[in-house]
Amino acid sequence: MTLEYAYYPGCSLHSMAAEYDISFRAVCDKLGIEMREIEGWICCGTTPAHCTSKLLSLALPMQNLCLAEKMGMTEVVAPCAACFSRLKAAIHETAEHPEVKEQISSILDEPLPKSMNVLSPLEIFSKGIDLASAVTTELPGLKVVCYYGCLLTRPPKMMQFDECEYPMSMDRIIRSLGIETLDWSYKTECCGGGISATETDIVLKLTHDILEEARAVGANAVAVACPLCHTNLDTRQAGIEKKYGSSFGLPIFYFTQLMGLAFGIPSDKLGLHRHFVSADELLSGMRKG
Amino acid sequence: MIEPDLTITSRSQLAEEVLRESGQEVNLCYQCRKCAAGCPISYAMDYKPAQLIHAIRLGMDDIVFNSKTVWLCSSCETCTTRCPQEVDVAKVMDAVKIITLRRGIKPTIPRVSSFHKAVLANVKKCGRMFEVGMMISLKLRTFEFFKDVGLGMKMFRKGKLKIIPSFKGARTTWRIFRRVKRIEKGNRSA
Ligand code: SF4
Ligand code: SF4
Repeated sequence: MTLEYAYYPGCSLHSMAAEYDISFRAVCDKLGIEMREIEGWICCGTTPAHCTSKLLSLALPMQNLCLAEKMGMTEVVAPCAACFSRLKAAIHETAEHPEVKEQISSILDEPLPKSMNVLSPLEIFSKGIDLASAVTTELPGLKVVCYYGCLLTRPPKMMQFDECEYPMSMDRIIRSLGIETLDWSYKTECCGGGISATETDIVLKLTHDILEEARAVGANAVAVACPLCHTNLDTRQAGIEKKYGSSFGLPIFYFTQLMGLAFGIPSDKLGLHRHFVSADELLSGMRKG
Repeated sequence: MIEPDLTITSRSQLAEEVLRESGQEVNLCYQCRKCAAGCPISYAMDYKPAQLIHAIRLGMDDIVFNSKTVWLCSSCETCTTRCPQEVDVAKVMDAVKIITLRRGIKPTIPRVSSFHKAVLANVKKCGRMFEVGMMISLKLRTFEFFKDVGLGMKMFRKGKLKIIPSFKGARTTWRIFRRVKRIEKGNRSA
């Protein structure tokens, strides 16, 4: 039986974070998991929506879940942590508040899905899939810290995903590929994703602290599962180094890219060249397959 | 025996409005300050999250609406996760932003709400987010050259920015925005 899910890529995975999209799809392909993209999906509204209107912030994501139901699906996979969180919020808020449910349903002009589950890729790869047997390439010498960020686990009542202060799902996935992951205390610290476009100074401080801690524990790479985290840690890394006079040179991987590398998928099929901080040097001479 | 004083449960007008907007009861807060301690941005806030909650509780509108706090909040949900009284502090932050706009008060950091407006206008028009269009409209809106224009160019060269918008779903988002507006207008006049 092939595993099949509805797929909600969200805006970032179609632009800024296209490498998350292609590496995720490539890995799913390898593992025989089928992703069916939701047709006609729309933006989830993300932070600007919930800062502006509660109804809007729930109606936009819920529309996508309605579309998924029409495809006959009951499980939606959302790789972007921000989308993941907003889709979950739509389910949680309408389930808790009947009057909100009624309003959203009248805005969308249809009954809301009866049973719909939203999953992170971290969850589907944790559910009894034998990752180790797909590994063809060893990556010795990689010392990875897994950075989960804010929205995957918080608030726990709504997300119901992993341990909210010290999650392990990404660590377990990466360890099962034979790659070492390190313990550190910044797993769920905030990178300032929500204010990244407007409050640059704060974002530079938060991301600096994260990279500094990663280096302090001896990591030579960071794994993430969120386009906002990736943009802040990778795209802004040169700016951080300039402001703080430090030099990190820490490649930031989507965890799906690490999976792809371990499965022997060539790096150009994983979009590694799109990163600002190159991983070439780190990976050269490391791969044994 | 002393009868419990029921007046302590009364709410300030602002606390009432926050409750209506967010479902959050700030009177539950017992000022343990855990929210402030865990907040990654509190170092930059003029009033820490716990102080803002208290100001709402006391109905000190001038402090609440003159504070930068809610506009600096990055919606990281740490406060909400840790509050022992289960006050959803992040939702209160959102509610204050929404009330600010509704009352026609100028946000203390206008560029934040300009950014939100630009994103939403973009989503409404295109159905999905289209970064380049958004940056241009943001520049026009704030009359300020996009802060990260150098970064933007670099992202563009790496193929990280989409230059052609997709209009998939634009009709749907248009309809959703219109209907939300209608309901919110109705709620206000009701
Ligand atoms: S954590 Fe909760 S109870 Fe403690 S100060 Fe903050 S809002 Fe009040
Ligand atoms: S949600 Fe806002 S107020 Fe709460 S901890 Fe995060 S940044 Fe601070």
